[in-house]
Parts: sequence; C-alpha cells; structure tokens
Amino acid sequence: MSVRAIDSPTSSALAGRIGLERTLTLVARLREVGILLVLLVVVAIVSIQAPLFFSVSNFEQILLNVSLIAVVAVGQTTVVLTRNVDLSVGSVVGLVAFVTGDLLKEHTLDVPGAIAVGCLLGVGLGAFNGLIIAVARVPAIVATLGTLYVYRGLDFLVAGGKQVSAIDLPRGYLGIASSSVLGVPTLIVAAALIALVAAYLLRNSGVGRELYAIGSNPAAAEVIGIPTQRLIFGAFVVCGLCAGIAGVLWGSRFGSVNALAASGLELQVIAAVVVGGVNIFGGSGTVVGAVLGAILLATIENALRILHLSEFWLLAIDGAVILLAVATDAAIRGYFQRILMRTGRR
Amino acid sequence: MNQAAAPILELTGVSKRFGAVQALQNVDLQLVAHEVHALVGENGAGKSTLVKILAGIHQPDAGQMKLNGQELVLSGPAAARHLGIAVIHQHPNLFPDLTVAENVFVGRLPRNPLRGVDWGELNRAAERLFADLGVKQSVSVPVRGLSVADQQLVEIAKALSLDARVLVMDEPTASLSSREVERLFTIIRQLRARGVAILFVDHRIEEVFEIADRVSVLRDGRHVITVPIAEVTPADAIRHMVGRRLETLFPKEAATLGEVALEARGLARKGLFSDVSFQVRRGEIVGLAGLIGAGRTEVARVLFGIDHADAGEVLVAGMHADIRSPKDAMRLGIVYVPEDRHQQGLVLDFSIAANVSLPIVQRLSRLLVLDRAQEEGLASDYSKQLQVRATGVDQAASGLSGGNQQKVVIAKWLATKPTILLLDEPTQGVDIGAKAEVHRIISQLAAQGMAIVLISSELPEVLGMADRIVVLHEGRVAAEFGRDEASQERIMAAATGHAPA
Repeated sequence: MSVRAIDSPTSSALAGRIGLERTLTLVARLREVGILLVLLVVVAIVSIQAPLFFSVSNFEQILLNVSLIAVVAVGQTTVVLTRNVDLSVGSVVGLVAFVTGDLLKEHTLDVPGAIAVGCLLGVGLGAFNGLIIAVARVPAIVATLGTLYVYRGLDFLVAGGKQVSAIDLPRGYLGIASSSVLGVPTLIVAAALIALVAAYLLRNSGVGRELYAIGSNPAAAEVIGIPTQRLIFGAFVVCGLCAGIAGVLWGSRFGSVNALAASGLELQVIAAVVVGGVNIFGGSGTVVGAVLGAILLATIENALRILHLSEFWLLAIDGAVILLAVATDAAIRGYFQRILMRTGRR
Repeated sequence: MNQAAAPILELTGVSKRFGAVQALQNVDLQLVAHEVHALVGENGAGKSTLVKILAGIHQPDAGQMKLNGQELVLSGPAAARHLGIAVIHQHPNLFPDLTVAENVFVGRLPRNPLRGVDWGELNRAAERLFADLGVKQSVSVPVRGLSVADQQLVEIAKALSLDARVLVMDEPTASLSSREVERLFTIIRQLRARGVAILFVDHRIEEVFEIADRVSVLRDGRHVITVPIAEVTPADAIRHMVGRRLETLFPKEAATLGEVALEARGLARKGLFSDVSFQVRRGEIVGLAGLIGAGRTEVARVLFGIDHADAGEVLVAGMHADIRSPKDAMRLGIVYVPEDRHQQGLVLDFSIAANVSLPIVQRLSRLLVLDRAQEEGLASDYSKQLQVRATGVDQAASGLSGGNQQKVVIAKWLATKPTILLLDEPTQGVDIGAKAEVHRIISQLAAQGMAIVLISSELPEVLGMADRIVVLHEGRVAAEFGRDEASQERIMAAATGHAPA
C-alpha cells in the first residue's frame, strides 16, 4: 500500500484526473469571464454599427439602469442558492417605493427616516415570505407567487389611485440618484458596494458556505446539523432587504412612483441571475455572475434601442440569451461529467 | 409437486458485474409450475440483482435464460411483462393518484367506441380479478392510502390480468403484519394451485419453511445449493448463507474499555423498532448486526437526533440526554457517518477542505469571515491522518474514489472532536484495499477512547471489529453476543428470527 498521496500523485491515471479537476474548477471560475467575453463581443459589434453606443455617457446610462436590478439580483441570488426562488421582489420594490415616496410627500418623515422605514418594510415583507416557506413549508415558488399578488394589492390599497411625482419629493431625496462620488453616479457606487460585500460574504463566510451546502445537498446539510430552515428564512430576509433598498432608491431614480412601479421586475431579475450562471436548482453560482448577467441583458437592450430594432426583437433576443446561457451551462456540465465518469472509478 | 416437470423459466450460468463488484457469478436457477421456489441469502448476496435481471431491468453479462425451452432475452421491463414474467418489488410501484382499477390496467385501459376509457368495463374487469383472488377490495378508490399489503395485491391482480406464468416476489412480507402475511400466503398457495411458478425472495427463514417447496441459497453472488425444503433444516440453510471466509479481516486492536459513553434504554419508534437497549463503553466497538430493514439505521438516526424516539431514553456519559436535532447530538459529542455517502454524507461540489470544515464552519469564522488558513490546515491534518488520496485539499469531493470519499466523511466528523461515533455501513461500495484502511482507522479511533457503534451487513466485518454484537431482528434486539461467543451462524440465526439453539 502506497503511503499518503496528498501532494504526490501516484499514477498517470491519477495525474490525468488531476488535470481534469483543475480544468473543471477553472471552467467554474471562468463562467463569469465567459459572460464578460460575450459582453465585450456585443459591445464591439454594436459600436461598429452605431458609434453613438460607444460613449461614456451611454455606458453610464446602462449601468444606471442596471444598478437597481443588480441590487435586487444580489438578494435573489442568495435565495436561489438555497434551492428557492422569490417571485415577489417586483411587488416588494413597488410597495416600498410608493410608501417611501408617500412618506416624503406628506412630510411625515425626513429623508433618512423614510429611507430607514422603506428598508425595514422590505425586511418585513421578506421575513413574511421566509415564514411561509421555512416555517409553514410552502414551496417558495407558490408562496412568493401568492405574495407577489398580495404585496401588489397592498400597493394599490396604499396608493388608492394617487401618484407621487418629482415635484412632491424633497431635493435631498432626488439628489441621491443625480449625485455622484468621484465622478461616478452614487446609484452605481451603491449597487457595486452592495454586490461586492454580498459576493465577499457568500464566498468567505461560514454562513455563505452553509447556504451553498443547503442548495447543493440538502440531506447532507441536515445531517451535519446546519439549521437549514433558519438559513432559508434568513436568505428571504436578505432578499427582502435588497428589494427594499432598490425600492427606496426607485423614486429617487425615476422621480415618479405609482402603484404599478416595478411590475414584472422579478422576471428581469431572475433572467439576470440565470444568465449569470447561478444554478436555478441551487448550490452554485455567484453574485458577481448575476450582476454581470444583469449588465449583459441591459447592454443588449440598450444596443437594440440604439439600433432602432423593434420591441419584438428585444424580447426575442432576451429570450435567446437566456436559453443560450442555460444550454451552454448544461452542455459544459454534461461534457465534464461524462469525462469524469470515464476516467473515474465511480 | 411434479418434480419431473420441465422448468418454465431456466437460468444457466448467469453472471452480472457492476464496476468492480461481481454481483452474480455463474448462477443457475429453475422455476417450475405449481411450485414456490424460495431464494435466500445475506444482504448483498445477489438476490436483488437476480430479481432485476428477471424483471428485465438489468441484462446479464453472461449466461443463458430460457422460457419454456426457448432462449429468452429481456430488453426491458416491458418485454418481461409481455412474456408473462411479473415482478412484485418490495415497494410496489403504483400511481398513487390513480384508482385501483386504473393501476391494474394502466397502459391497457379498455376503450369505448369513442376511444374514451370504458370505465364500466374497466371496473368490472378489475372487480373480477379481485373476486378471483378472494379479496374484498373497492376498485374505484385511489391507491394512495392503501396499506403496503393491499398495494401488493393490486400488483398481484395486475400480474394476473397479464396472465403471468412466472411471479417473482422480492421480500413481499418485509413490511406486512402477521395477519397480512397469512392472507398473502393463502393467495400464493392459490396461485401455485393454478400453475404459476413463483420465486419467493425472502430473508425470514421461518416464512420460507412455511411457504416454499424448494429453496435456493445465494452467497456472494454465487449459487450455493438448491434443495427441496423437506430435505433441509433452517440451521442448514443458515449455514449455507454464511460461511464466508474471514481472511480479509482487519482485527480490532486491543483497547482498554472505559466507562459507559452511550446507553440506549428501551428506545422505540413506532412501526420501525421497539425496546432497543444497549450500552457502548469508551474504547469499545459495538456491532449492530441485522438484515436490511431490521431497524439498525433507524436506531442510529434517533441517536443522532434526525428522527425522534416515541419511547425510551438515551444516556450520554450516564446523564439523560435530550437529543432533538443533529446539533444537540453533536454538542454531546455524537456524530453519525450515514450509509449513503452521496445523499447524506458529502457535498460533492465542495472541495475536500470545504467538506471537512462544514460542520464547524461557524467556529472557524471570525466576524463572519472564514479563516481559510485554519480550514486548510485542519483539512490537511485529517487528510494525512486518514491517508486520503487526493491532489490536495482543494480537490473537489466528486473526483475522489469511494474509499477516499468515505475517509473525507469521517474526517469531517473527526474535526468536531466527537466522543461517540455512529458508523453506518462504512465500507459499503469501498474496494478491498480501502476497506482495510477504514478498518484500521476505526480501530485506532477506538484505541484513542472513542465509543463506536458499527452498523454493518458484512458479518466478517462485524465479527472482526466488534467487541460486542447486538443483533436486531424486525426492530427488536434478538440477541447480544460477546466477541468470543459470536459466530456467523449464531448472528445469522438471530437476524433471521430463527431462535438460537
């Protein structure tokens, strides 16, 4: 029997396997790089076709459009990693946006106060989702489909046909979106900060590890004593908080808010997450990937508008990108699994 | 019985290999009309593989099958059914939301002139089948909610409707009450009278002697003997089932036994086990032997807090222990290496290091952030101690061999510094070399003072490793042997419910 083989591969078969392992890890890491490459190709092609596209102000516009979606996508990624999904995020953003705007319009609270209330509302709505899912054990797709309508209904109830317009809002609030930090718009900086912090914690914290473990192998997580349901609850709270932050910034970015604000946003967010390589069945993917997915989709949308393509093409291409991303993932995964099966013993 | 009758189904020299495991080797079997043929053997003897070959699920690598003297090749389950070979698996495969009648005739529902389902004819036909069997059963109720025994009858009715000439039953009595077993036996005798050839796979020796006309014994994938039931005694049959060579053993090192670390007192969980009591001392390995379904894993799951006992108590180091979750168990120093590495043991996407650190990942974190250096050090320490063969602790667990994956699972638990180790089939699916290493590791851990419960279906493993052996039979402690009094025959006799002489 050969002695310990850690750090000393014994046979050529093992060596081949090792090479494969490395490649596999590399591919996983390259998932983000892949999206980046596609993004660059899109930018290059469109820039040649329409020089207008390739400008700092246009890129800034794209990133501004992405920033709110990206913040929501951070929360959605946390939830999807645990084998769940939150369909209610659009309604949460809408409800928080209106409540925040209304508080400011009626001068009930000052700007920091209204922002705090908006974020807390997001946390509360997320916690309610979490309770239904983690405590009552209702499947997330059903539970959040329900709250998608409930939260939107609350939005209509609170709004009662009213609307919050830019003239109703204090300058301090509207200024958040129009201000900038070192020349970069504050919204973009805020979104980037949130995404980076989340990415770091998911990758480097114990809780992050446990979230991945839950999505990757729930049975094993349970046996290890990971408090699965508590963490799933937590993921929905985080998702609610992210949607709340996006909701708070919504009015500042768009000036006016009505009861229909952010309708359908959940699908854009899920599209970004999936295109970004987060496995819809949980266990793998990154926040960075999801944000890049959001940027890719927004860039394509922007490019098509500049190229004056019709709405039909916009939707068709969005759909094609999603299918392509998922198919590529499946193909790569299947390919490597087959090789592993052939070289491996099990 | 017509001894001279030509066999309906005849297997000659059938072999089947799965990877490194030779599941069946050169097996002969003849099934004759008007006869109940029992097939017995230990866990892993190859009974299930043989059943799956007859069901058309697996194709043999070598050997010949003949049906009524004609060469038989089963391309799949549908082909077997079409040729009149019906297999009733231990857990019936029915559609819970369809009615009894629909399940019986699924895929062949009678049609009315409009090509719709002829419900009247469907229910009448199903009722006729159950009346034939002499069973009262409403055919228009959904299968969901029927007992396992009733579901088996649905399968039998289906087999009858297909005019099956060979009926294979895989441990049909495993989850039946004694009254249900009696009813099943009445029906089996009735089918036998009609001329059906029946293969009855079972591990309850008493039952085999009650129902079978002839018995075949499998051991380690080989056919040992086929004899008319009248010519053997239960003790003979058991001797044929065991008798494996003991040479690959890694005997336990001598360890001084300390105080009692873990004690189960009258543990019970409804429908699974009852009145299970035993003690494990520090430094001691207690083997939990028994057949699949005897309740061994279920007891371990209760000790680890995954499931909860309905009665009885657990004592850890002499103190009453309230174990409500795996977290509680881990706090008390109990860990559980589950039977199914892939399903419950490992996160295959994770690296070795991430798997090893997972149970204590919170403890390795400061201000939320994981200390990677500490994690890696810990993982490589245990990997070295257990001699995990890998390129490094950053290798993904999915790429390791079975034996090395098992070592990673053990390493993961050692990182929590346990005092009581519950091992469930730790060498299942592990090759011989790695097996000896796992045995050596277990032995060392006991020598360091750990209390170990070893669940294993391999009698030589239990006999070689355990200081004491507790044998479970149908959820109860059937016998307890010290190291010196235990033998394969005595354990198997207790495990099959055959009272020790």
